[in-house]
Amino acid sequence: MIIYGTALLAVCHLVGIVLGDLLGAALGMKTNVGGVGIAMLLLIVARVYLHKSGRLCATSERGVHYWGAIYIPVVVAMAMQQNVVAALRGGPVALLAAIGSVVLCGALVSFINRMEPQPPETAAGAKDNEE
Amino acid sequence: MGEIFEKAARENGLVTAFAIVGFVVLVSGVISRRLTFGRVQGSAIAILIGLALAYVGGRLSGGTKGLADLALFSGIGLMGGNMLRDFAIVATAFEVQPEEARRAGWIGAIALLLGTVVPFIVGVGVARAFGYSDAVSMTTIGAGAITYIVGPVTGAAIGASSDVMALSIATGVIKAILVMVATPMAAKFLRLKTPRSAMVFGGLAGTVSGVSAGLAATNRELVPYGALVATFHTGLGCLLGPSVLYFIVRALT
Repeated sequence: MIIYGTALLAVCHLVGIVLGDLLGAALGMKTNVGGVGIAMLLLIVARVYLHKSGRLCATSERGVHYWGAIYIPVVVAMAMQQNVVAALRGGPVALLAAIGSVVLCGALVSFINRMEPQPPETAAGAKDNEE
Repeated sequence: MGEIFEKAARENGLVTAFAIVGFVVLVSGVISRRLTFGRVQGSAIAILIGLALAYVGGRLSGGTKGLADLALFSGIGLMGGNMLRDFAIVATAFEVQPEEARRAGWIGAIALLLGTVVPFIVGVGVARAFGYSDAVSMTTIGAGAITYIVGPVTGAAIGASSDVMALSIATGVIKAILVMVATPMAAKFLRLKTPRSAMVFGGLAGTVSGVSAGLAATNRELVPYGALVATFHTGLGCLLGPSVLYFIVRALT
């Protein structure tokens, strides 16, 4: 049943939000702390558990996959209701923050990847042949 | 005739929103293929069109909720609202394979953490330099520099104003587009050759759309490795943004 997957997703979502609210209250704030992240972790754990016990059929999974696939359209709809008129007044902030992050992170990627140990000669040769 | 159409759209808000967003995504896909030859991913173009429509809506209505303030498009408010947005984001966690993630090892985790903290610091610094001195605004803009999803999720959790949220999304979208366009050009400098290097890249560059589009234009085989780490990006950001990172910013201001 496709609704089982969607219901599993809904339960993880709600439990995550509740735990996030409880965490927020425990930390002395009125806001939700990481509820969405907790819900994601719950869903990953639930999926692994249900897979192991073989209780998650392909049809049920479709009930989750649909919503995962719909997230870009939802983000598009979210973009459509933002206060862009007000945001444009702060224009350079977005541009500078984005450029700064990309340049700095790019430098870090390059730095870390230069530290990568060279693969053994045979493996490298095999890869070259594949390409 | 026009009146009947308008009434149908108004009374079926969410359904109308599905149709409108579907049309925008369709147009974006065509623009992506025909005008940018697939270099800029359709989803990024769709989001930009969405922001442009929000600008038009905001101008027409004088409200703060973009297109959703026009009665005809009120369903956009539900479709892109907190409930469905978070629901869809949680669902994406279903694609993550824990075994493969474990294989990414410690270097992927370090890249992931750096990819969350470094953009956040840059975002907070820029926001501070431009006069956003309250912790909520600085955190939201900093979170937007992580990804355009972490930004609004964080902003909503700590109660940021809509204009700061829009700024935060704009930051994330500009970042995603930069990653898409610049990755193929900078592939040599980034040493993008092995699965491991792609995982490091996925962790640091963030934004699934930016990473997958950027890697696809560089070397298709590397896409899943980068995207795998990048899918954790939003989760980690959503976890840390409204909590640890916000507390640190609040403590420092």
